[in-house]
Amino acid sequence: MAEIAESSGGHGKGGKKRAKKQSTRVDMTPMVDLAFLLLTFFVLTATFAKPKSMELSLPAKPPIGSPPPPPVKKGVTFLLTKDDKIFYYAGEFYEVGNSKGMPPTDLKETNFSSEGLHKLLMEQNQWANDEIEKLRTQNKAKTLADTAFKRMAVDITANTNAITALIKTDDKTTYRNVIDMLDELKICNVGKRVLGVEMMPSEYILLQAKIN
Amino acid sequence: MPKIRPAAHAPSIDMTPMVDLAFLLVTFFMLTASFRMAEPVIVDPPSSVSDKTLPENTVLITVDNEGRSFFGVGNAEARRNTLAKMSEKYKITFSEKQIQTFEGLPSFGVDIKNLPNYLDANEAKRKDFQPQKGVPLDSMNNQLRDWIQISATELNVLYTKNKEKAELEGKPFIGEKPRYAIKADSKVKYIFVKDVFKTFTDMQIYTFNLITAMEGGTKVEAAAH
Repeated sequence: MAEIAESSGGHGKGGKKRAKKQSTRVDMTPMVDLAFLLLTFFVLTATFAKPKSMELSLPAKPPIGSPPPPPVKKGVTFLLTKDDKIFYYAGEFYEVGNSKGMPPTDLKETNFSSEGLHKLLMEQNQWANDEIEKLRTQNKAKTLADTAFKRMAVDITANTNAITALIKTDDKTTYRNVIDMLDELKICNVGKRVLGVEMMPSEYILLQAKIN
Repeated sequence: MPKIRPAAHAPSIDMTPMVDLAFLLVTFFMLTASFRMAEPVIVDPPSSVSDKTLPENTVLITVDNEGRSFFGVGNAEARRNTLAKMSEKYKITFSEKQIQTFEGLPSFGVDIKNLPNYLDANEAKRKDFQPQKGVPLDSMNNQLRDWIQISATELNVLYTKNKEKAELEGKPFIGEKPRYAIKADSKVKYIFVKDVFKTFTDMQIYTFNLITAMEGGTKVEAAAH
């Protein structure tokens, strides 16, 4: 407790005036209490983790009257739907009884597990993954600079031998699935990804048939 | 035999180092703390492997798990100017007090017609404010579009102003160009987010930052080998 200096009562006795020894101690308890209170408050309210973000670029709408885009080479189309299901097909979509005489496209099913989508993308994008792996070994052996490695990796994902992923969604797809899909594409070095293309009616019919 | 008596004085511990440390921590937390007002909805963003931090200077659209969209601007000054322009455009007047409240508001999700009432409500009641249906963004009444357009212009004006000011004074400029961020709940149906995307692409804005939480680590490991 704060020690209050006792009043020096003995003035009279003719003795020398002596400065009474005063205690220099101040009671710190309230201050320390307050310090801890503040500490607790700041600890509990602090938010350290700054939000992370993923950059996404959507394709611009082609001007009206422009020629239709050339068919995508090495494309894999993913149809995302409810219950975390993914259906996919590689290459072009052929309807039943198409004029080109190709067998009709069948949808294959996969899921978001590492045995499903991840494995599938690694296989489909084998070429790009192998090329990037080669560069990475060089990069680790210090024969390739980091900046060059990054630039060359980007070039590889843009190469015609690398796959293009088209992501199509229906009205039951959750946002989480879309983000997981984009994430997995990034992990598997798929640089060319197209989001926001509407599902074709024939694709939709086939998808509904597959779900039920 | 004499009794052994315990020492008479109270046991005392020297607290000085502990107190020193406590103050150090208080100082640290005080200096690093950044305060903000409560957001109107709690949104749980999906996780991703992306590790880019979100830029400061953003127009933020939040989509909650019911698909409602909320609008926010990262800069108080831009917020004020945006409100002034919007009030002109929609012919809705705001009192000085309401403008001040708006300046401190991280984001909101009401029709501009209800905005004055929303701002008058106290902070605790705002969460249950009715009707909080999100900022309208359908093609007939796309208020979100106007909010985005005007706030982006305001952010750009501020950006150039600050940059010029820094150049005049010969100081290094560390600001960033305004960006567009979308924070959506992981459970929301993608079509609601798509509507927000469409609002942006209609304005010829094609690049966004999607806010995500940090990944738990399983996928990162899978990517490593």
